[in-house]
Parts: sequence; structure tokens; C-alpha cells
Amino acid sequence: MIKTRASGRTVGGLRTLSLQAPAVTLLFLWMIVPLAMTLWFSLQRYNLLMPGMGGFAGLENYEFLLTDPALWSAMGTTLLLVGWVLAITVVGGTLLAVLFQQEFMGRGIARVLAISPFFVMPTVSALVWKNMMMHPSNGVLAWLSESLGLPVIDWFSSLPLTSVIIIVAWQWLPFALLILLTAMQSLDDDQVEAARMDGAGPLAIFFYITLPHLKRAISVVIMIEMIFLMTIFAEIFVTTSGGPGLATTNLAYLIYIRALLDFDVGTASAGGVIAIILANIVAIFLVRMVAKNLEN
Amino acid sequence: MAAQAETITVATVNNNDMIIMQGLTKEFEKAHPDITLDWVVLEENVLRQRMTTDIATQGGQFDVMTIGTYEVPIWGERGWLEPLENLPEEYQVDDLIKPVRDGLSHGDTLYALPFYAESSMMYYRKDLFEQAGIEVPEQPTWEQVRGWAEQLNDPDNDMAGICLRGKPGWGENMAFLSTLVNTYGGRWFDMDWNPEINSEAWKEAISFYVDLMQNYGPPGATSNGFNENLALFSRGNCAIWVDATSAAGRLYDANASEVAEQLGFAPAPVAETPKGSHWLWSWSLAIPASSEHKEAAQTFITWATSQDYVKLVGETKGWTSVPPGTRESTYENPAYQEAAPFASFVLDAIRNADPNDSTLEPNPYVGVQFVAIPEFQAIGTQVGQMIAAALAGDMPVEQALDQVQGATERNMKRAGYIE
Repeated sequence: MIKTRASGRTVGGLRTLSLQAPAVTLLFLWMIVPLAMTLWFSLQRYNLLMPGMGGFAGLENYEFLLTDPALWSAMGTTLLLVGWVLAITVVGGTLLAVLFQQEFMGRGIARVLAISPFFVMPTVSALVWKNMMMHPSNGVLAWLSESLGLPVIDWFSSLPLTSVIIIVAWQWLPFALLILLTAMQSLDDDQVEAARMDGAGPLAIFFYITLPHLKRAISVVIMIEMIFLMTIFAEIFVTTSGGPGLATTNLAYLIYIRALLDFDVGTASAGGVIAIILANIVAIFLVRMVAKNLEN
Repeated sequence: MAAQAETITVATVNNNDMIIMQGLTKEFEKAHPDITLDWVVLEENVLRQRMTTDIATQGGQFDVMTIGTYEVPIWGERGWLEPLENLPEEYQVDDLIKPVRDGLSHGDTLYALPFYAESSMMYYRKDLFEQAGIEVPEQPTWEQVRGWAEQLNDPDNDMAGICLRGKPGWGENMAFLSTLVNTYGGRWFDMDWNPEINSEAWKEAISFYVDLMQNYGPPGATSNGFNENLALFSRGNCAIWVDATSAAGRLYDANASEVAEQLGFAPAPVAETPKGSHWLWSWSLAIPASSEHKEAAQTFITWATSQDYVKLVGETKGWTSVPPGTRESTYENPAYQEAAPFASFVLDAIRNADPNDSTLEPNPYVGVQFVAIPEFQAIGTQVGQMIAAALAGDMPVEQALDQVQGATERNMKRAGYIE
């Protein structure tokens, strides 16, 4: 079924397809070659340290992985990490966006400062948090709680996942803020003014006007952050190395352990395939949710 | 006069002794104008990954690799390393200390030359011990150490009773903990390769360690490895530290350590058996079979592990900075004996470490604080992670050990050691 435009040119016709072909082919190869290789390796008995042990393994790698308690704990950790960081950044980002929308002295500088953490490299910010903020003997937080007469928390051993969530949320809050602030700026002032004339308080204005207006932007923030947060690695690598135990081992880190610490390419690839499946399940739900939002 | 110098790539670890070696590049190039050195200096875990990946895939990025007692026999057996059979007369192979040389051989063939070697020993603060009226015996026991740690622990003044490794990794916390398990009468595997990680001896040793560290250790112990503890002890935050003998030179150097004056030495503590109570490790230089500059590489590694190199470092950097534990001649040198009062402790510890007989019950593997099989990196690190979790108080010791026992059984089945 070929639609015809008013201009008489065809949409999705042969001519446009042939023009798109090189780009589409390239993108397709870009995706399919690594994916195919990962699938292939995941069916192989392939460990770098056992040169004589190669060969076809069938589903052995998957079986070995799916019966590994570490995998399920890593999935749980991944979801907890993503869930909490999303909650913190979306709620915090919305509140900050409303705040920075107000007129006040030095607003421009305050905005720049609030957005700057997003431009710090993940490894650097993790190191700063580890050695300057959360260090039990010479960190800022330890000094704070000491001066308040509270016991010092050894963050990375007693609250490992919480610490990682705090660091990642601190990095992604500016991103949410940036998108939501931009969305706030397209909010119609007349509408707010009218609501105020009708006697609506600030809370009512926020819940009935601002929030519905931000809905689309929030969906976009959730979707983009989700994609990046599934694969958080540097912050974990630098601070806790996935520990203590498996407390901060997410799927990305588990794949790293299998591939580069155990040199087991087969199992690591199987882990990669499982991660792709998981990401797709999550994405399908998300896309539906966002699409619904956009329709309304 | 060679018009173009051959460039060889040397990969090494960022430990103090290797940094000194890198600093002496000019001396080497002056003596060998036809060879240029290109250095890749990395942190231990990263270095290990890069080396293993390169050697297993025959990448050929490196001409000289810095590897340890764990890798050399395995890689030598696989034919990944160049056998070192025709070393020049003046190198004096027989001067190398025997257990160290044996550790770098497979069969009778040497595959790497030792750059420095270490065992483990106990460091303590003489001044604090004297104040408390404690006499350290010839051979301390772990029970005594516990008592001393309790006596000297003073968290209000940032003084931990004892510092021990807590950072997870087969070469970090497990190196120390394997020796502790050995001396408590435990072992990694029985003669049929069945793991014994949840045996009574393991439970006793690990419970002792967790209890000791939670009560008298420094805060944040789960992130302290060798370097972190070295910093803590030399800043005066620990009363006792049991770790590598290679730290002695640094601790005794007044420029690098605030406790140089009050430093006491003792052999590593024991419990049920002296067997395997201190480890044996050497960082060594090897030539991968994939190197294209083997002759130049051999020229370099014989230079960096020679008697002349020891003399060069002694005369330019001071005698406490010479690479320890590799040559008998180093320990016969009066200048070294005078500068390093700990020399005899180190030599005894290295001579008395037997990688072929390190546990109370017989075992099928080589290695004191590791098991020389390819699977051990994964196993050791997994066990180290779980023990770190127990140390952090996230789970009871028994549960942690049962969990890794299961994981290790899976790994050993998969590798075909057990049915």
C-alpha cells in the first residue's frame, strides 16, 4: 500500500528506499555483527585460560549461568539500582526544576552549578565520593557526623548499594533537571495566572498544571535514564568492586567478572545475551507506558 | 654502532621496586645503546587482566611481562613463555634462592627471572609493646596476637589493635587468609580436588579473623589491601600488621615511614601448625613466546635481575631499597646486612616456605597462598568477595563459606576436576 503525497512523490517508495539503503545497511551491520558474535560465543566452550578446551557447548553456558545464585542476585541489584536512581532523579529533578524556574538573585549561576555534576566523568566522581565524601576516617560525611556527635558510617561496607545509588543519583539528577527545566519554560504563564486568579494555591497549581505539563518530559527522562542505568559499571568498579560479597554486583559487573576476571568468554557472552533480553523486556514496558502518555 | 635501536615493551606493576627499575631506564640504555625501553605501568589487577588476555590470545603486545609465582608454571606448561635455558655465565643462576627459583620453573626449566621475592611476617610497634609490657616470643601464636590487639586497640586515638587485608581478591585478602587457614590446619582441596572451604578448620580460621578485625581492626577494613595497610601502619595507625616481607624496606625507611624508629619484626604467627603459615611470592620478569624481540628482552631481564642491578640500586637509592628475596649474594652483602636489620627474618621466611608441602593434610596442588591451577583466579576472588561480606557484617561466616563451597564445587565440576 503506497501512500501518495500531495506533491505526487511516493513515501516509502523504491526511490527513497534505495537512497536510504546504504545508511540502513550500515546501521544494521553495526548492530547485527556484534550481536551474532555474542550469540555464537555464548554457545561455545571458550575460556582464554584453557586453550585446549574449545568446542560447541550447546546451552551449557546458559545452564551454568541460570543455576548460578549470583545471576539472580545481580538481576535484583540491577533493578534496585535502576528503580531507586530513577525515583530520586525524577522526583528531585521535578522539584529542582520548579525551584530554578522562580526568579531569584544569581539564578543563572545556580543553574550552571546544579547542572555541572553531569559533566564530571563517572570514574572521577566515583573517586571523589569514595575518598573525599564517604571515607570513614577522612571524608566530609564522617567529619559531619562526628561534629554532630553521631557514629561514623563506613559507607561502602555497611551500606554498599545505598552508597552506589547516592553517587549515581547525584550524577543523573542534573540530566533530569536539564530536560525538565527546558519543559518548564514552555509552560504557559497565562494559564498559571488564571489559576491563581481562581484562587488555586501553589500546591494545586503544581499538581494540576505543572505536573501534567511535565508528563511527556518525565517519560522521556525515564526512558533515556533507564537505558544508561542498566549498564552502570564505572561507579561500581571504582568504589566497591561489586562487593562486599555480591551486594553491588549488577548484571554489567557480573559479565565483567566472568569475562575479564574469570576469562570465561562463553559464560560472559551468555550473560550478555540474558542482559539484552532483560533490557528488551524492560524497554517494551517502557515504550508502551511512554506511548500511552504521549497519546493522552 | 646500531643505527636504529630496537624498542622493547615492558609491562610491569606499579609497586615501589618496579618504579625504581623504571627510573633506572637511562642506566640500562647507556649500557645497551641498541635497545630502547617502552614502559607500560599498571595497577596489579589491571596488569593481570591485560597480561592474561594478551598471552592467551597470542596478542604479542609485550616483550617483557611482570608476572608472579602463580602464572609462571601454568603459562610455562602451556608453552606461552620463552624457556630461559642459555643464560650467560656471569648471571650466576645458582645464586638465586632455591624456593624462589623452583617457584618459577615448570619441570626443570626456568621460565622467568625473579625481580623480587617475598614471604609474610609480623610487624609491630616496639614502643607500644614496651609500654604495655608485652614480650614478643621467638614464634608468636595467633591467640597471643589477639590478646595484644585487644590490649593496644585505641580507636579514640586512631590506633587499631591490628591491621590485616580485607580487600577482596585472590592476591589480596585471600593471600593472607590462605596462610591463616593453612596454619589452622585447613586446605583448599583434598587429594581428589574436592573443595574443603566449609571445613571446620576454615570456619575456625575465618571466624577468628572476622572477630579479630571487627573488634580491633581499623574502620573500613573491607577496602584495605596491601598498599592501604602499608600507608596506615607507616602513618602510625596500627599496632600490629601481618603482611608481605617486601614492606620492611619501606617501613624501615625514615623518609617514607613515621614509625621507622619503633619498628619491631617477628615471624608470621601460627596456630595449629607452622606449615604454610607464611606465603611465598615473587614478582618476576618473563618473555612471552609471542615476542618478536626475544634477544633484546633477555638482555633486559638478565640486567634487571642481576647482582649488578642490586648493587646499582643500593648505591644510588640506598640499600633498604634494593629488591629483596631473590639472591643469596644480596644477603651476604655486609652493606645490606647493616642497612636492613630485618634481612635475616626475610631470608628465613622465604627459605622455609614450601609451595609443594604447605598444608597439614596432604594436598594435590602447588602453592602456599594460592592453588596453581588456571581456575583459581576465579575461585579465589569469589571466596574473597564472600569473606569480605562476612567481614562487613552482611552475613554470618558459616553462610558465606557454605555459599562459596557450593560455587567452587560448580566451578571444579565444570572444569572437569570432579564428577
